[in-house]
Amino acid sequence: MPRITVEVDGTTYTDEVQARTLLVQYLRDQLGKVGTVVGCDTSNCGACTVHMDGHSVKSCSVLAVQADGHEVTTVESLSRDGQPHPMQRAFHDNHALQCGFCTPGMIMQALDLLAENPDPDDEQIREGLEGNLCRCTGYQNIVRAVRDASQRMRAGAGPAMEHSGEAPAPRTSTEQTTQQRVAGGQS
Amino acid sequence: MTATPVSPTESELGRSRKRKEDARLVAGRTRWTDNMTVPGMLHMAVLRSPVAHARITSVDTSEARRMPGVQAVVTGSDIAQRQGSLPCAWPITEDMKAPPAPAMAVDTVNFAGEAVAVVAARSAAEARDALDAIDIDYEDLDVVLDIESAARDDSPLVHEDLGTNRNATWTFDSAEAGTGSDVDAALREADIRLDRTFRQQRLIPAFMEPRSVLADPTGEQYTMYSATQVPHILRTMLAMTLGTPEQKIRVIAPDVGGGFGGKLQVTPEEILAFLLAEQLGRPVKWTESRSETMVAGHHGRDQVQRLSLAARSDGTVTGLDVKLLADMGAYLRLVTPGIPILGALMFNSIYKFPAYRFSCTNVFTNKTPTDAYRGAGRPEATFAIERMMDELAAELDMDPMEVRRRNWIGHDEFPYTTVAGLTYDSGNYEVATDRAMEMFGYQQLRDEQLRRRQSDDTVQLGIGISTFTEMCGLAPSRVLGSLSYGAGGWENSQVRVLPTGKVEVVTGTSPHGQSHVTSWSQIVADRLGVPFDDVEVLHGDTQSSPRGLDTYGSRSLTVGGIAAVHAADKVIDKARRIAAHMLECSEDDLDFAGGRFAVRGTDKGMAITDVALAAFTAHDLPEGVEPNLDAEANFDPENFSFPHGTHLCAAEVDTETGAVRIRSYVCVDDVGSVVNPMIVEGQVHGGLAQGIAQALYEEAVYDDDGTLTTATFADYLVPSAVDLPEFHTDRTETDATSNPLGVKGVGEAGTIASTPAVVNAVVDALRHYGVNDVRMPCSPQRVWRALAGARAGSSTGSESGGGLGSIDSGGGFATGASGGAR
Repeated sequence: MPRITVEVDGTTYTDEVQARTLLVQYLRDQLGKVGTVVGCDTSNCGACTVHMDGHSVKSCSVLAVQADGHEVTTVESLSRDGQPHPMQRAFHDNHALQCGFCTPGMIMQALDLLAENPDPDDEQIREGLEGNLCRCTGYQNIVRAVRDASQRMRAGAGPAMEHSGEAPAPRTSTEQTTQQRVAGGQS
Repeated sequence: MTATPVSPTESELGRSRKRKEDARLVAGRTRWTDNMTVPGMLHMAVLRSPVAHARITSVDTSEARRMPGVQAVVTGSDIAQRQGSLPCAWPITEDMKAPPAPAMAVDTVNFAGEAVAVVAARSAAEARDALDAIDIDYEDLDVVLDIESAARDDSPLVHEDLGTNRNATWTFDSAEAGTGSDVDAALREADIRLDRTFRQQRLIPAFMEPRSVLADPTGEQYTMYSATQVPHILRTMLAMTLGTPEQKIRVIAPDVGGGFGGKLQVTPEEILAFLLAEQLGRPVKWTESRSETMVAGHHGRDQVQRLSLAARSDGTVTGLDVKLLADMGAYLRLVTPGIPILGALMFNSIYKFPAYRFSCTNVFTNKTPTDAYRGAGRPEATFAIERMMDELAAELDMDPMEVRRRNWIGHDEFPYTTVAGLTYDSGNYEVATDRAMEMFGYQQLRDEQLRRRQSDDTVQLGIGISTFTEMCGLAPSRVLGSLSYGAGGWENSQVRVLPTGKVEVVTGTSPHGQSHVTSWSQIVADRLGVPFDDVEVLHGDTQSSPRGLDTYGSRSLTVGGIAAVHAADKVIDKARRIAAHMLECSEDDLDFAGGRFAVRGTDKGMAITDVALAAFTAHDLPEGVEPNLDAEANFDPENFSFPHGTHLCAAEVDTETGAVRIRSYVCVDDVGSVVNPMIVEGQVHGGLAQGIAQALYEEAVYDDDGTLTTATFADYLVPSAVDLPEFHTDRTETDATSNPLGVKGVGEAGTIASTPAVVNAVVDALRHYGVNDVRMPCSPQRVWRALAGARAGSSTGSESGGGLGSIDSGGGFATGASGGAR
């Protein structure tokens, strides 16, 4: 079996995996990273979205071997010092989740969206989340949350910067003044 | 009753508390069933029939048994006796025809997707690999798919032994029931008679979390984790189906990722995982793939609806006759036959029809079984009558809202006993409608519509209305009994004030996204006068919440929440006795407010949290008082609750491409008193999304062989963020009179109301071309074909409009094809 070395949420793992093992299966079954979930088998729903080297990927459409040598960030590593990430807080404050099953993927995709466009309008948010399905909310509060998060997060901050190898940009939220950072693979 | 505007309040009730549930969910710190791993656990995979109707002629599992990691391969014949028959808890008539429903097919398969073998292996991948090595030969039988031909006497049969495909016929006639007059007379004497046929397409609940079950036999009890809406029902049904003693079964619904009725079920896979675990003595977990959900999880809707409506020329409706065919699919699941019956008493909706008749024939086909899907019977009824009211308006060249006003129950007429025999306790349709029309800009949109028609704009504007009510809060046990339902409709709660003054609330409802933890915390905090954060809500485990009937039918708050209110009140009564004893006063001298008992006229008093400690220490309790501050209560409402509202949709229809774009969606719902407005709004949004999805996007499609061709999310169009509009919502509050909080239930309202609003808008946009129906989902192709058909037949009346867009090819009577701008 192929041997891979992957950095996931700041910890380095070296494992033997089957060639056919998907990244999401590796995360859930071998690493116990069950915060990332599987909602479909055709890469339509986006529930399994994580970041690989700072960009969102659907981890059901990446083989574990393809993650060899890369950094993976899941929803489990977003909070810092017990404080939720501004995006997590925005989802909470705007009631952007009900059952919560799509939420990890939705949050990871929303972060990617803001990294590309720090100040999107509603239509751009909807287009940016098109690959992530939610059955509970009708999306309206998710759109609100992402808009809210874009205001809480300093312009330019986002997942791409989190993996730049330099000190992450400080973030401010409207509700707290402590500096927050999201350092996906490099805490 | 009067409708009052919603005003902010300092009370715990009516306050948009942020959800307690979120902290774990946004962090990925979750307990989905598939997250569970226990020592010694095996994985189950299910082999499913690729054909819709066939005899199993041979089964060879020998190669599969030799595959790496495989512990067991089990087929239907291996467990034919042990597996029993899956339960149907709703025999709607005494002579209902019900086929045996094995969890795994023994000698015949009746739908594509039915389980035919299972493998237990060390890993999920090894279990799936072994499925490929199982060899099963099938001998094809005639496939029965079309609901109308299946109902005919000359149809091939799904279940040969039943001698018919007809499961049951359920009827209601207001003349016979004494609740109204004779429909035939009304139709004979009508100024206007409208006959229409509508098709409720088959839908798939499509909850985001695939179903999953873990059966663990390693303790004294069998413990089953399941992604279910109904842990209590599941426990009882496992015992009844398998004969395993009920006290030996514990069911846990951990975090459950949506249900929408789709997890209101006792599934074949739950039985199979249980039996494998029993046989192997090891924990067995099964988690389905999305394709399995689509073919094997139950579906919803799927009806042919024939309606005849009688009216006077002034728009007053004088009678309604409803004839349904409802597709059961291949088997009866938990409440399959009763789903259309939940709509039987709702076709008259908010209107004062004097005569009403309903008949529904349930039909078997070789398709996935149907059962509850959000709204369950009421969306179908609401769709049909709201489409008819628009058709009547078009026929009379009246404004469709005016037609509704002419027929609806006035706010001063409540309580009102309807022609279907239900008593609506409260409502105010006028206020909700006036508010909605104001928010919508109704007249401006009508003006724009007229301009676009006059200029023959390629993009036409349509305005759709849905004024709805529903019966929810299942339910009064005695009413369920009269409908032959196999269980009651009560709910249970316990409230415990712990020695440190913190509070545990146990509820028999089982949330899977509805925010019960937050709402129940608010309710009990308000009642006991303790902080919101001091309340913990326990649910979803038959060990910690031993009594309950779970979550469906918008029942949790109106039944389960009220049980919590009563339990809290019992706690206060008990605390009052102890407090009076300790304060050396009469119970009558104690006032309770803000969590504190005060001796009237003095500054003496004590907090209920201190009473809890005194009860725990038990040093000085009054005679006969037990040493705790616990209470348990049941609630069984005397009536359903009847949310209502007015939904308005403006849709732009591109006459060249058939594309529909929702330009504006406004709804004003009255769900009674509100515990948490933020949560209520969220429920409305999600409901609207699913109702709009039925109108525009979703349909389970089978090919001629009975293969589901929409078995992935690539083919079954669950809407994404770009497919849905921004919703503009508001509320009026007319309290329900059947419970002390005045709440009505909100889980299904949006889904029930929105579908006809959208389709009415689409048809309204095209009405002047002669279109009087577009079959759901109103895809660009269907819209374009309806329009092309109408133009080809240009104003020849009758079915020219509906033609290609409608399934009704039979001759109608009066139609709306006379059209023209209103």
